[in-house]
Formats: sequence, C-alpha cells, structure tokens
Amino acid sequence: MGSNSLHVLKGINFKAEDGELVAIMGSSGSGKSTLLNILGMLDVADTGEYTLDGVPIKDLSETKAAQYRNKFLGFIFQSFNLINYKSALENVALPLYYQKVGRKERQEKAMSYLEKVGLKEWASHLPSELSGGQKQRVAIARAMAAEPKVLLADEPTGALDSTTSYEVMDLIQKINDEGNTILVVTHEEDIAHMCKRIVHLKDGVIVEDKKIKQVRAQQHV
Amino acid sequence: MWLFDRDLWIEVFHTLGKNMFRTFLTMLGVIFAMIILILLLGSANGMSNGFDKVFAGTASNSLFVWGQSTSEPYKGFERGRRIRYKIEDAGILKREIPEIEVLAPRIELGSHRSVVTVYRNGQTSGSSVYGDYPEIDNITKKRLVEGRFLNNNDIENSKKVCVIGEETYKLLFDKGEKAIGEDIRINGVFFSIVGIYKPNKNINIDGENAVFIPFTTFQKAFNSGDRMGWMAIAVEPNTKVSVVEKKIKDILKVKYDIHPDDQRAIGSFDMSEIFNNISAFTNVLKGFSFFVGIFTLLAGVIAISNILLITVKERTKEIGVRRALGATPRVVKRQIVVEAIVLTAFAGLIGFAISVGILAGLDAKWGSGEDFPFVKPMVSITQFSVSFLLMVSLSLLIGLIPANRAIKVRPIEALREE
Repeated sequence: MGSNSLHVLKGINFKAEDGELVAIMGSSGSGKSTLLNILGMLDVADTGEYTLDGVPIKDLSETKAAQYRNKFLGFIFQSFNLINYKSALENVALPLYYQKVGRKERQEKAMSYLEKVGLKEWASHLPSELSGGQKQRVAIARAMAAEPKVLLADEPTGALDSTTSYEVMDLIQKINDEGNTILVVTHEEDIAHMCKRIVHLKDGVIVEDKKIKQVRAQQHV
Repeated sequence: MWLFDRDLWIEVFHTLGKNMFRTFLTMLGVIFAMIILILLLGSANGMSNGFDKVFAGTASNSLFVWGQSTSEPYKGFERGRRIRYKIEDAGILKREIPEIEVLAPRIELGSHRSVVTVYRNGQTSGSSVYGDYPEIDNITKKRLVEGRFLNNNDIENSKKVCVIGEETYKLLFDKGEKAIGEDIRINGVFFSIVGIYKPNKNINIDGENAVFIPFTTFQKAFNSGDRMGWMAIAVEPNTKVSVVEKKIKDILKVKYDIHPDDQRAIGSFDMSEIFNNISAFTNVLKGFSFFVGIFTLLAGVIAISNILLITVKERTKEIGVRRALGATPRVVKRQIVVEAIVLTAFAGLIGFAISVGILAGLDAKWGSGEDFPFVKPMVSITQFSVSFLLMVSLSLLIGLIPANRAIKVRPIEALREE
C-alpha cells in the first residue's frame, strides 16, 4: 500500500432491501469493487455509516469482522477462490467449520447445498477436476452454506463463457427467488439485466439507480 | 481444547500433506539436529557408563593408607625413621572412627611392589605376594575367572590357600591346564590354589602379577608377627574421604610419635578424588553435548519457521479466502503454530528413531569392548523428554513468527485479482 490515499468513492448513498437482486455496474475504476469490499467488511470506509441488518458496522476488530463476515455475508468471487486441495464438499463446509458447527452436521449441510447447485455427485472431487461453471457453483454453495443475510458476488461470471454465465445467473436468480438478498458486481449489460435493480457507478458516485424488469437466464440456457 | 479438535488436525495434515517433498525437506534440519543431539548425549552417556564399568567393583568412597619414612625429627627420633604399622592399629582405627565401614589390613612379602619367586613344577613366576583379609574384596573386587576368593574360614584356620592372577597362571601353568587345587611354592611353603582372577587393567593397585593368601596364614608362614603393611579403607557413603583420612592420620601420628606437621610419614591415596574427577569430566561432556545439541535444534526449528514464512506468503490467497469465510485471526494463527509444532515434533521423532538406531549399532560394535570406555550409549527417558519438550516449546515460540505474518494478511489484498 502506498502512503498516498486515493478517494475512490466520493459519497455513496445506497440501500438494499431484503430479497433484492441488485447489479452494481460501472467501468473499471468506477469504484464498484471498493464498494463491494466495504459492504463485505473487507475494507473500511474513511467516513460514513454502514448498517447491515440493523447492526452498525464500524470500528470492527479483525476478530469481530471475521465473525460478522461469517454470519452475515457470503462471498462469490470472479476467480472462484476455492481451496484447491480440498474437495468440493470440504470447500462448502469451510464457513460452517468457522461457525464451529459439528463435523457431521457440517457435512450434511454442505451436501444439501451441493445438491441445490446440482453437484452432489461431484462432492468428493477436487476443484482441479471441475469445470469453471462447476467451480463457481461450488463457490455459490459455499457462500450460501452459512446462511448469510447477503450474498456478495464480485464479477461472478467474469471468468466464464456466456452459456456457463447464464447457468450461473440462473442459479443466482433461483436463490434470489427463495428470498435471499444478492448484490452482483458486473460490467456486463446482459448479466446486469438479469437482476431486478441496476446501480450505475461512475467515478465514485452513483449516476443511475433504477428498477428493471428481470430477464430470466433460463431463456438463454 | 484445540489438541482434540479433529478438524484442526485434518486441516493441518491437509496443508502439510499437499507438498510432501517440501514438507520433508523442511523437516531435515530438525531431523539432523535431533540426530546430533541424541548421538552426542548418547555417546556421553556411553562414556560415563564405560567408566562405571571400568570401576565396577571398586568402592568409590575409599582410601589406602601405608607407612613411609618420617621427614621431621620428633620426640628424640631422628628423621627418616620407617613407620611400620601393627595389626592392632586396624582395630583401634575401627573403634575410634565410626565412619569407617570396612577396613582391610594387608601385608606384603618383601618391600612394596617387590617380587618374590613362586615355583610350581619347575616353572617360576616373579609375583607380589599379599596377605589379605576377605574384606578387601568389598573395596577392590577381584573379577574371578575360576574358583573363589579368600574367605573367613581361610582366615580362622590359617589355611594354606591362595588366589592367583591370570598373569601368574600363565607363567606357572600351560594353556588350558587345570589350576584349582594345584599347589604352588612360595619361600618354601606350599599353598593350594582356590581361585584365579583377572586384574583390572584400568585401575591396578596390586600389580599385574599377584598372589593372595590369607593374612593369618601369611603371619605364620612368613613369620611377620603383628606387622601390617597397609590398609584399604571404605568410608560410609555420606562421609567425605578426606575427613576420615585426616582422623586416621591424627591417630596414627600420635601412636607412632610422628611430628604433627609431618606430611611424608604416612602415605595415603584417596580413591574418591579419581571418581570425582571422572564424573566431573563426564558431566561437562554431557552438558556440552546438550548445549551444542539444543543450539543445533534451535537452528533446525528456525529453518522450519523460515519455510513456513515462505508458505504463508504463498498461501496469502488461501488465507484471504479463509478470512473472508469467517476465519478469525486466532484460528489462522493457531493453524500455523500447530503446523510448526507438528513438523518439529514429527521431525524430532524421526531423528530420534534414527539416532537410537545408530547408537544401538555403536553399542553392538564397541559396547562390549574391554579397553575403550563406551558402554550402552543411550539417552535416558528424562534426557529425551527434556530435549523433546524444549524442542516443541521452541517451535511454538518460533512458529509465532510466520503465524503473526499470516494474520497480517488483509483479506482484501489477498483476494485482489492479479
């Protein structure tokens, strides 16, 4: 980190309701990833307030932040970030391990989430034995395993071809249909239109925030 | 308690197992360090055991007292007077000094270390001939090859029996010839052999070639009357030999009109000094081995910590993911520390197994040798436990370095796309 501070976000007023599926769009450098990192408690805002599920998020110790992340948030990354020497099942079970859930219950829960993303048969496979789409589905199952309040997806389809991207978006839509709140950072128009609301960022400010009619990914699969 | 957290162990072995070759290389330093430590300690122990074997049968808390010539004129006596003890002195000393446990009087034919010709069937041997009490065996044990040593029955009945050394046997008998029950002749008197002993080459008080006969027999056969040549004295375990030595000399000086400051009239030799010197030597050796070993071990543990530091760097991303999924700094830290401990402990055990094998080999090759003091080179349970505990504590402390580095990884930096 350099000593010069750079103000990426210049005043964001944003609120997401329960059960929303929000796309955060913007070109690179617009501050969308920074926003997501702050929302994900991976980064801290210099000023301002952040309230998650009625809990003010500020001055968190590393330990507290870790616990909040575990309880409130599920992360889905562009490059999946699966632990490569752990099987799909073990990867999904990892957040539950940090929640100190017992081994047996953990395995069962992880398996049910793998089933949900349609990868039950792949439970014992290592990430290297899975395709990109499968990896991202494992990552989604992992993000959901801890039953978080919000799923944060940072370019979830960025490393996938369009067919696989739609499959993943189809899964994300289905999870949203069940009432889960999901924020998706993307720069792809078609992906953004599969959400219910699009927030446009430019140079660190919100330039547009509109509700849209959702395009079902199912149609493209 | 983390020790029983099965998942932690699975995590640890997972990470260690994914790069077996590097894990093994990491451990090499500690393996070698442990081998060096255990070999050094084991050899020091072997040497100490070897000395014990050399001195087996010799009472460590003992002294020898003999008469010499006075060096000071006293009470009308000129200097240079020869001091000759009487057999009654043995009784007096035992009565006056309760710290004396065993007192064995001895008389020698001729002057000290002089040689008498012993005959048998035309064969001769120039031997030292001693009149002894069986008690001498409690102070310098004779290793008997055949037969028995002198006993009280021999003393009471002044039996004409003798115990001879192996050297004497070789000179008087042909190889393999039976000696027990045979007669030998000393100064015209016949003695029947009851035992053959093997002299201890490392501590030799009696000379290479010696013949022992009962003290009482000696008096009658060689007309020595009430004379006594010297005394071998064992002192009670908790008493200092030098204290008893002084008491003995004081009593004898009064009895034989020796000047109180005469240093030469009474000769004595304190056996415990030799033992103290040797045990001081082996203790220094052990201490030195431990010192060298522990620092080698420290170097090994630091090497492990170093590699872990590198793996932490490599695992930045993984650690970031874990942090994002809710791993608290404590959990991350604990895992790295446990990895350090597991690596060290495992490497230590491998090194221990190897070094014990080597020591066993050394023992098999040289352990039974007579001349070189190297017997049962092994480490004690205590030595092993102490080194092992020390090693594990070191790894715990030093494992904190990579562990603290790991928790400095901020999840956001770890997850930043390249």
